[in-house]
Amino acid sequence: MKIIINNKKIEAKKGQTILEVAQKNKIDIPSLCFHSDLDIKSNCRLCVVEIKGKDGLHTACSTMIEQGMKIITESKKIHKARKINLELIFAQHCEECNDCIWNFNCQLLKLAKKYNVEITRFTDRKKGYPVHQFGPSLIFDSSKCIDCRNCIDVCQKQGVGFLEIKERGHLFQVIPSQDKNKDCIYCGQCITHCPVGAFEAVGEFEDVEKPLQDKSKTVIFQFAPAIKTSIGEEFNLPHGSIVTEQLVAGIKKLGVDKVFDVSVAADFATVEEAKELIERLETNKNLPMFTSCCPSWVKFVEFYYPEFIPHLTSVRSPQIILGGLIKTFWAEKENIDPEKITVVSVMPCVAKKYEIQREELNMDGLKPVDYVLTTRELAYLFTKHKIDLKNITPKKPDNPLGVPSGAGVIYGASGGVMESALRTAYEKITGQNLKKLEFQQVRGMDGIKKATVEFHPVKCEAIFAKQKLFHRVKGLLIKTAVVNGIGNAKKILEELKENPKAYDFVEVMACFGGCIGGGGQPVPTDSKIRKQRAKSLYQIDAGKKIRSAHENPVIKKVYENFLNSKKKIHSICHTKHLNI
Amino acid sequence: MKNNDIITKLKKSNLLGKGGANFPTSLKWEMVKNAEAEKKYIVCNGSEGEPNVFKDGFILENYPEEVIEGIKIALATINNSSAYIYLRKDYYEKYKNKLEELIGNLPITLFKKTGHYIAGEETSILEAIEGKRPEPRIKPPFPPQSGLWNYPTLINNVETFYYVSKINKDEYQNTRFYSINGAVKNEGVYELPENYSISQILKETNNWPDFSFFVQAGGGAIGEILLPNELKQQVGGSGAIIIFNRQKTNPFALMKKWTDFLLQGNCDKCVPCREGIFRLAEIIKREINNPNKHSLDKFFKAHKQTLQDLFFVLEQTSFCALGKCAVVPFRSLIKKLK
Ligand code: SF4
Ligand code: SF4
Ligand code: FES
Repeated sequence: MKIIINNKKIEAKKGQTILEVAQKNKIDIPSLCFHSDLDIKSNCRLCVVEIKGKDGLHTACSTMIEQGMKIITESKKIHKARKINLELIFAQHCEECNDCIWNFNCQLLKLAKKYNVEITRFTDRKKGYPVHQFGPSLIFDSSKCIDCRNCIDVCQKQGVGFLEIKERGHLFQVIPSQDKNKDCIYCGQCITHCPVGAFEAVGEFEDVEKPLQDKSKTVIFQFAPAIKTSIGEEFNLPHGSIVTEQLVAGIKKLGVDKVFDVSVAADFATVEEAKELIERLETNKNLPMFTSCCPSWVKFVEFYYPEFIPHLTSVRSPQIILGGLIKTFWAEKENIDPEKITVVSVMPCVAKKYEIQREELNMDGLKPVDYVLTTRELAYLFTKHKIDLKNITPKKPDNPLGVPSGAGVIYGASGGVMESALRTAYEKITGQNLKKLEFQQVRGMDGIKKATVEFHPVKCEAIFAKQKLFHRVKGLLIKTAVVNGIGNAKKILEELKENPKAYDFVEVMACFGGCIGGGGQPVPTDSKIRKQRAKSLYQIDAGKKIRSAHENPVIKKVYENFLNSKKKIHSICHTKHLNI
Repeated sequence: MKNNDIITKLKKSNLLGKGGANFPTSLKWEMVKNAEAEKKYIVCNGSEGEPNVFKDGFILENYPEEVIEGIKIALATINNSSAYIYLRKDYYEKYKNKLEELIGNLPITLFKKTGHYIAGEETSILEAIEGKRPEPRIKPPFPPQSGLWNYPTLINNVETFYYVSKINKDEYQNTRFYSINGAVKNEGVYELPENYSISQILKETNNWPDFSFFVQAGGGAIGEILLPNELKQQVGGSGAIIIFNRQKTNPFALMKKWTDFLLQGNCDKCVPCREGIFRLAEIIKREINNPNKHSLDKFFKAHKQTLQDLFFVLEQTSFCALGKCAVVPFRSLIKKLK
């Protein structure tokens, strides 16, 4: 289809909206309530354009293109409409700007400038609207809300529906549900989908300095894999830029003693999960096994589907394993009192703030991790300290907990945990090397990915001869499902209720695309951006010599010298899940 | 009865939808009838929510047989269809028994209206029946293509179904129902030719005032204000004619009545309507509470820029017709009475 936007001929596809075509062609149309993850609501009315031959103004986000359509995206009339609607929007959002996740990137302020908006033309309608806190993870300041309802939609899409509309006099208000059967799972998707920063993490940004303040402590930072390819965005680097070593250098500049890589702990998690999977396959118990490194998913199961709790692997999440190792293995080695160590995780996630408060993870009363900062919070801390990741001499993470396998890195993308576990499980079960390490079927952004993986028949026979799972010709068939976007997990769980044998191993990440789309990640986040971040993680993996967790020499050494008893392994690498 | 007969008859009769949008009824019926789908729905809209409009209530009170007959014809014309009658709360209570008796075992369900005025807008009705917050949907798709639960859906007003049964019996005489009220002697609902002008109607019903007056035509919230010399035209909207005594009417109180209604009656989904009406109401309320009373003219001059801006975005950028039409009474009142 050919259409004309601002006198420029453009080739477009039938079924596209004007906004889609404009965005593809880098024509700027303000679109506050539009998010590519969500259904079109068309309520901000900022994306209005003129269409030749059609009266009035039309919203670009909701209008489908037609052959030969002539569209104007800027005119006096359009300018006026956007200006006034912006003024009405600002009247719900009269806030101080210094404490906002959009701080340097605020669409509203940019538009205000462009359209000569008189920000305080109308008085603040939302003055006195309440601030809500959701557990240890999120803050929702409803006095900033502009009623676009992206948060409600995304929470619904997550299958949670914790955010609701409540009629308030003749107007409505967005509030957390009062229904006792609903609870927030701290995925933080509302944060990244709110266009105006009404949601933020707890402590964002007022508490960012806290972990650095106690000078009597040795401060260790550990960063999650998904940060490596996202934090650069906060410094205007292209989406998906790999900045691992710049990140380390930045953290060092803050005066931090050591910087470790959580991907290393992902390798431990992989080895433990592979062991547990084999064990469960052998005993044919609690199958399918569910991953448990996503705390939102764990809470989702505990709260909404407690009958599935036994399916969660007992393996702790990587940040907790590494925190545990730092305060035991590493403290011992360095001869430091673990009480005198502060462990700070930098995570793409706000649920991780909740996870570190779970008491059953404490080791003799000691918390494995003391603070969680989100990607955004660390970027803010950098900026405050005038640290620019664009201009910094890269540094390598510290030894020994600084060198992961490729498998540990891809944990940050949906399918990564599964792929890592399969790489290791395959070799453990069959005793043979994988010819091809990549499991393409579990990669990518689809919400549900299913794959049946064949394990080499000869070796399997010895172990699995008794099991129905074993197929004489094909060997061991492992049926896997990989889910991202927790709303999709509901479908798998419902399927399992009907057919408990549908899968053997299920990976779930609450956020779209996995941790690279986490609630602690830079904004904006959308499907395109998530793809870039994930692609770069796989690129890191592809460039590594050692790509399977169990082959990582660091891991081998630690198992040899430290994690050499069941008890130790259990206290550092395993946990139990609760009926809440 | 042959299926096509009624559509031909509707076409010939030129019947236009009586819900306010004036869409040719035959066209809607044809679209739903010809749509490919395993299931189809019919909705009879009896939500009548605008102030001073009560003709659908009148019809339900006096001619429920005809209304049900109209729906029955639709059921017979549209294959695999079932119907809802969407009634505002008091109508539901009042006419439930009578209607159920007439429905017998026809596939017609009575549905009690939820929410406010907006819930009279076609697609909001669909949302309400589906159990959601009543709010207008993005169009297209239009209900005849994709309506209730995404099935092709025919939505007609109570009065339209009444006339369908008349047309079917060849008794249609190009009339419509008018709600006449306000400062009149003979308040009520009248069935008169649809090409009558407002002045004709007022005279015929013996309601032409002998005092200085103005009229709100269409409906009591979003109808246009007309002066006595403008009454040669027909009534639009929902066919209401409201008479005001010019001397005795406080224009600010009248505008407040409108904003009160609109604040309650809109769905608050889109920025211009939610925030625009809120600000309009704010200005008017402030004026009413102002101890130094202004004339309408002075008021307008004092708030000219704001009023014009609010009218502009309401009319140009509102999501649905309610926001777009909401400016009509204010603008015409200020212009004509100042
Ligand atoms: S909190 Fe944010 S996302 Fe939710 S309705 Fe308000 S402005 Fe929209
Ligand atoms: S964090 Fe997730 S579950 Fe909680 S309110 Fe936000 S979107 Fe819903
Ligand atoms: S982006 Fe189109 S109305 Fe908000």
